[in-house]
Amino acid sequence: MEETMFIDPQRCIGCRACVAACRECATHKGYSMIFVDYIDRAETTATMPTVCMHCKEPTCALVCPADAIKVSEEGVVMSALKPRCLDCRNCVNACPFGVPKYNTQMHLQMKCDMCYDRSAEGLKPMCASVCPTGAISFGKYEQIVPLRRTKPVNVHVFGNQKVETKVYLMLPTDADEVKVDGCGVFEGMLTRADTGTSESWIDTQVEQSDKSNEF
Amino acid sequence: MSHVEHLDQIIADYGPHLHDAPYDGWHADRVIDNVVPTHCPYCAVQCGMNLLVSDNHVVGFEPRYDFPVNEGRLCPKGVTAYLQVHHPDRLLYPLIKRHGKFVRASWDEALDLVVAKFKELQTTHGPDSIGVYSGSSLTTEKTYLMGKFARAGLGTRYVDYNGRLCMVSAAAGNNKAFGIDRAANPWSDIPLAEVLLIAGSNCAETFPVLNKFLWQQRDNGGRWIIIDPRETPTARQGDLHLQLKPGTDVAVANGMLHVLIRDHLIDQAFIDARTNDWEATRELAMRYPPDIAAQISGVPAEKIVQAAQMYGRAQTGMIMHARGIEHHTNGVSNVLSYINLVLATGKIGGPGRGYGTITGQGNGQGGREHGQKADQLPGQRSMMNPEHRKYVCEVWGLPENELPQAGVSVVEMFAKMRAGEIRGLLSICNNVMVSLPDINEIRRSLEGLDFYVCIDFFMSEGARYADVVLPGSAWSEDEGVTCNSEGRVVKINKANDPPGEARQDWWIVQEIARRMGRGKYFNFSSPREMFEELRVASRGGNADYYGMTWEKIEANNGIFWPCPSEDHPGTPRLFEDRFYHPDGKAKFHPIEYAGPKEVPDEEFPLILTSGRVVYQYLSGNQTRRIGFLVEQCPEPYVEVHPDLARQLNLADGERVRVVSRRGEGVFPVLVVRTIRPDTIFIPYHWGEQLAVNQLTNPALDPVSKIPEYKACAARIEKIHARQLPILGKQRKGASASEVKRG
Repeated sequence: MEETMFIDPQRCIGCRACVAACRECATHKGYSMIFVDYIDRAETTATMPTVCMHCKEPTCALVCPADAIKVSEEGVVMSALKPRCLDCRNCVNACPFGVPKYNTQMHLQMKCDMCYDRSAEGLKPMCASVCPTGAISFGKYEQIVPLRRTKPVNVHVFGNQKVETKVYLMLPTDADEVKVDGCGVFEGMLTRADTGTSESWIDTQVEQSDKSNEF
Repeated sequence: MSHVEHLDQIIADYGPHLHDAPYDGWHADRVIDNVVPTHCPYCAVQCGMNLLVSDNHVVGFEPRYDFPVNEGRLCPKGVTAYLQVHHPDRLLYPLIKRHGKFVRASWDEALDLVVAKFKELQTTHGPDSIGVYSGSSLTTEKTYLMGKFARAGLGTRYVDYNGRLCMVSAAAGNNKAFGIDRAANPWSDIPLAEVLLIAGSNCAETFPVLNKFLWQQRDNGGRWIIIDPRETPTARQGDLHLQLKPGTDVAVANGMLHVLIRDHLIDQAFIDARTNDWEATRELAMRYPPDIAAQISGVPAEKIVQAAQMYGRAQTGMIMHARGIEHHTNGVSNVLSYINLVLATGKIGGPGRGYGTITGQGNGQGGREHGQKADQLPGQRSMMNPEHRKYVCEVWGLPENELPQAGVSVVEMFAKMRAGEIRGLLSICNNVMVSLPDINEIRRSLEGLDFYVCIDFFMSEGARYADVVLPGSAWSEDEGVTCNSEGRVVKINKANDPPGEARQDWWIVQEIARRMGRGKYFNFSSPREMFEELRVASRGGNADYYGMTWEKIEANNGIFWPCPSEDHPGTPRLFEDRFYHPDGKAKFHPIEYAGPKEVPDEEFPLILTSGRVVYQYLSGNQTRRIGFLVEQCPEPYVEVHPDLARQLNLADGERVRVVSRRGEGVFPVLVVRTIRPDTIFIPYHWGEQLAVNQLTNPALDPVSKIPEYKACAARIEKIHARQLPILGKQRKGASASEVKRG
């Protein structure tokens, strides 16, 4: 099996080393294409990294009117090809994981390409190289999964849409798929404590700093 | 007179400004001339990293997958560390303060002024009128030089280092219990431990790459017990969290020891064969049943029992701790009470059986080994021991009567400045206006000095008070060794030359000594020569480096001391067959619970504790200038439990005034369920009006002289809307006083 990414949210310590390191991959030119969010800082210190899940049938590519988003032989979904990208942002709006961003300066959609220039040379992507805890790991399924006590899941259900991904989530459950309802809440897995408050300002601050759809 | 008069100008000239890209921008098609394997400048994991060099500039990093400790991993500070090297705030030439303004000077001018002032003060007020305050982010060679410089160069007894704010409680506890000051096990032992007990350490944020080993242990089926007043990212991941009141560790540890004895989980054979003073400790522990421990600490009794049984029943286990238990007036007691658990269960000196303190600074371990500590000589030798004094004087060629007596700790040094006993100060590698407790008093100390010279590569909040600022080198501009938290000595390599007229720190210090007429003791032409002398000076001491060479260190990815001879492989694991007291045994210490110096009362009903965030390093002099890091955590905040917020009618994000007996500051409220309702928390990395150290208690541990950063009494006051300070984007990363009031 070829190498891929394994995301284990349990291990994430919210340090954002991945976010800083993503900028260092030469072709990223200082832009980071990975997100780390507080789940709900008022309740917990838990955080979660989001990289491109590299869908087997990528929604971003399906909605692209210019066929600008290509999938490599290894199944890596690439950033939009610059000569083709029409600035339409269909992909930005369509991705169920909210991954692609639109770079207004370069007139180009950019997203995680698993550090294609590094992985093509046998190097790990930057985020998986630096992640202190293994919340983001890169390697072969048969090398990584036997070491872990969590279950690899790569099927996500968003309402009526079922998405199979190249990247695995490592989950402490028996579930075979991750189900997310229309509001983006994990079905049956998360109940918000009734605090009567809205989300913490620190969540909002982080979202403003790295979760906007544009650079 | 060391006053700051034109703060706006100083900040405009020297920052902190935010900088967030390589010196010439981001380029995809760079030609890299040189890849320099080295280590991170920040914490004591000392992660390996490769610096990418192009045209004598550090332009990026590449993971160093082949270094066994981190295998490429880094935290966000490590990833962005290289951005400090060519930062526009770098000090490029010597500065002399004239009429309150820093003016460019030549090296000769600046150094001659320093020497003239030092000579004048020493002639009038005696040799001890100059203080030297050093740090542990320097290479070991430089820390060795600083101790020698103070004693043989200036002839003053007053030298100390910033590990006094960091490692000394652990060091004192280790020396008392084991007769040596070093973590007992290499980190490769961690995955072999069934149970880890981590006390007072948010290592997920402060020591991120250590988590590699913690999760390997988890993957092996291991469990974690976390003892911390906050549910930190570390505690969140643990199996059992004892959320104690700050400063009540002795009660918890004694309670656990009580349960271990009650449930026959102690190792009597180990106790008999390898320890002393068990009986008194056993008797004391009998007076701390879990319900008493629970009453004192606020941890439910059943959790204390559970923790003791989890640790006691495991075949292997390790205890680790950090500043959370050490930054107390009973810091040494806290350390010793946890060591009692290690010794009572005999979980030490074997694979997966061990103990270790989690060091803070990059060279926190090496910096406390070779003589920049007030009472210490190279090789962990003692200033008070005539044999030790004689040996070091022989190595230095210094007449014994010229070697001063032991000095005092840094907080006491600052008290002596206020008393007029110390009238001149040389500081390097620290930022007193952020990191010392009760900084309003520290400001008065600096303002009362006759002369203050600071060596640094950025204008720190402390340096602003200096009369002369000498531009030193960043970590990538020099070479030498550091010793990481597990006792592994590693090699830092040079990647680029210092910018402008900045010079390597050791050159500056030697030049002052030379101009003071003490050149014969300071003939080093390179850090390698310093290391060669250090090897001999440490020979036969506890921290014996004699058998190490730079080449050997690099070839082996680090060597663990003691390493007494060149054919010796180093000592990764200590205490396998003996401890370092003369009889080879370890010592129990019966520790009675004493509690923090200041406890909440009607006027100040809350416990204020301070700590760190993952995006900033220590006083922030390096990290508060890097855009990415500042963006993630622009300013300090106060963590408040929802119950307390409701009681005080505080909203999330509201700015409140936090007041203690010593000072006050304004911070935004972060309402979180992850803290105790009786405790509030503020991270400490900022200076001036943003400093939690305006509030903290400078009370000292009687043995280690560490200040009590982790517990003082405070209250929260609501601010009337019209009193709100003017805040804006420009405040990001800057101290409050750096923002012009509208």
